[in-house]
Amino acid sequence: MQRATLDLWVGLFVITGIGALMILSLKVGNLNTYGVTDSYVISGNFENIGGLKIRAPVKSSGVVVGRVTDIQFSTKTYDAVVTMNIDSRYLFPKDTFASILTAGLLGEQYIGLAAGGDEVMLKEGDTIMKTNSAMVLEEMIGRFLFDKASEDNAF
Amino acid sequence: MPKRIVSSIQGIGHRTLEGIWRLGRATRFFLLVLMKSATSLRRFGLVIRELYYVGVLSLIIIVVSGLFVGMVLGLQGYETLQKYGSETAVGTLVALSLVRELGPVVAALLFASRAGSAITAEIGLMKATEQLAAMGMMAVDPVARVVAPRFWAGVISMPLLAAIFSVMGVFGGYLVTVIFIGVDEGSFWSQMQSNVDFRIDILNGFIKSCFFGVAVTAIAVFEGYDSPPTAEGVSGATTRTVVTSSLAILGLDFILTAFMFRGL
Repeated sequence: MQRATLDLWVGLFVITGIGALMILSLKVGNLNTYGVTDSYVISGNFENIGGLKIRAPVKSSGVVVGRVTDIQFSTKTYDAVVTMNIDSRYLFPKDTFASILTAGLLGEQYIGLAAGGDEVMLKEGDTIMKTNSAMVLEEMIGRFLFDKASEDNAF
Repeated sequence: MPKRIVSSIQGIGHRTLEGIWRLGRATRFFLLVLMKSATSLRRFGLVIRELYYVGVLSLIIIVVSGLFVGMVLGLQGYETLQKYGSETAVGTLVALSLVRELGPVVAALLFASRAGSAITAEIGLMKATEQLAAMGMMAVDPVARVVAPRFWAGVISMPLLAAIFSVMGVFGGYLVTVIFIGVDEGSFWSQMQSNVDFRIDILNGFIKSCFFGVAVTAIAVFEGYDSPPTAEGVSGATTRTVVTSSLAILGLDFILTAFMFRGL
C-alpha cells in the first residue's frame, strides 16, 4: 500500500477514535455542563442522608441548580454535613428548605431546595438551617406499626 | 510408590517450573521492548504502518460488534425496566454497561482475537523463515525494528477501539429503544447524562482499555518472538496468544474494577 494512503487511513482511524472519546465525554458523560460555571458553596446539616452520594444533583422545582460536592460526619452535632456547589446564577433566600428526595421508584437520591421568603440571600459558606432528612423505609414502617398499635390500644 | 504416580508428580513440577521460567522470560522481554522503544518511536513511520494493520483493520469487527452489543443491551434493558415503569433508565443502563465494562473488555477480547493473533503469527512466521536472524546478521535489531512498533501500535489502538466500541454500542441502544421501540428521546439522553460521570465512568474505562492494550500486545509479541520456528509452533503460539490474553483481560478487569469502583 502507498505511504500516503496508509497515512490517510491511520489518520482517519485516530480521528474516529478521538472523536468517539469526545462523544463519550460530552454527549454521554455530559462533561460540558459539569463544574464549568461559576458557583458558590453552601452546606446543610441532615439527621440522615440515606443513600445520597457525592455529585448527586441539587434541584429546585425539578431544575438542576447545583451538585453535592462533599459529605462529612460532624462529631459536634452528630449530623451529616452536606456541602453543595450551587450555580451562581441561582440565588436562594436564607430560609430555604432543603430535603433529601428520591427520583422515582428506582431513582437516585438528590437534594431538593424549596425557596423561602427571606429577603437576605444565601452566600458562599452559609449553612441552610431548615433541612429534612431522607425517608428511611424502616423508620416509616416502625412509625406505622407504632401508630397502629396505639390505635388498637385506644379501643 | 507406583512409577506412574511419580512421573505424574514430576510432570506437574516440570510444568510449574516451565510456567515460572516463561513468566520470567516474558517479563525480561517486555522490559527489553520498553528499552528499545525509543529507537522505534523515533522512526514513527514504522508505528504508523503497524497502526494500520492493528487498528484500522480491526475497525470493522469493533464497529459491528459494538452496534449489536448495544442493540441487545437496549432490548434486554427495556424488557426488564419496563416491568418497573422505568424504561427511560435504559439509556443509563446501556451507557454505564458499555463505558465501564463491555466497551473496554469486549473490545479487548476482539482485539486479542483479531490483532493479537495476527501479530503473533506474523512475528512467529518471520522467526520460522529466519527473517529475524537475517536482520540480526545485518546489524538491524529485530526487537527495535519488528517488535516495538507492533507493541506501541497495539497500545495506541486499544483505547481508541474501545471508545469506538462504546459509542457504537450507545448508538445501537438508542436505535433499538428510541427509534424502534419509541422510548422518549429526551429522557433517554438526560437520564444517561445525569448518571454517567466523566471521571468515575469514562476516564476509568479509558484507563482500563490502556492496561488491556499493554497486556494483549505484550503477550502477542512475546508469544510470536518465543514461538518454536515450525508451522506447528507458530499455530500453537497463536492459540496461546488468544487464550492467555483473554484470561489476562478478564483477570486484569477484576483487579482494575476492584481498584476503581470500590465503595462507590
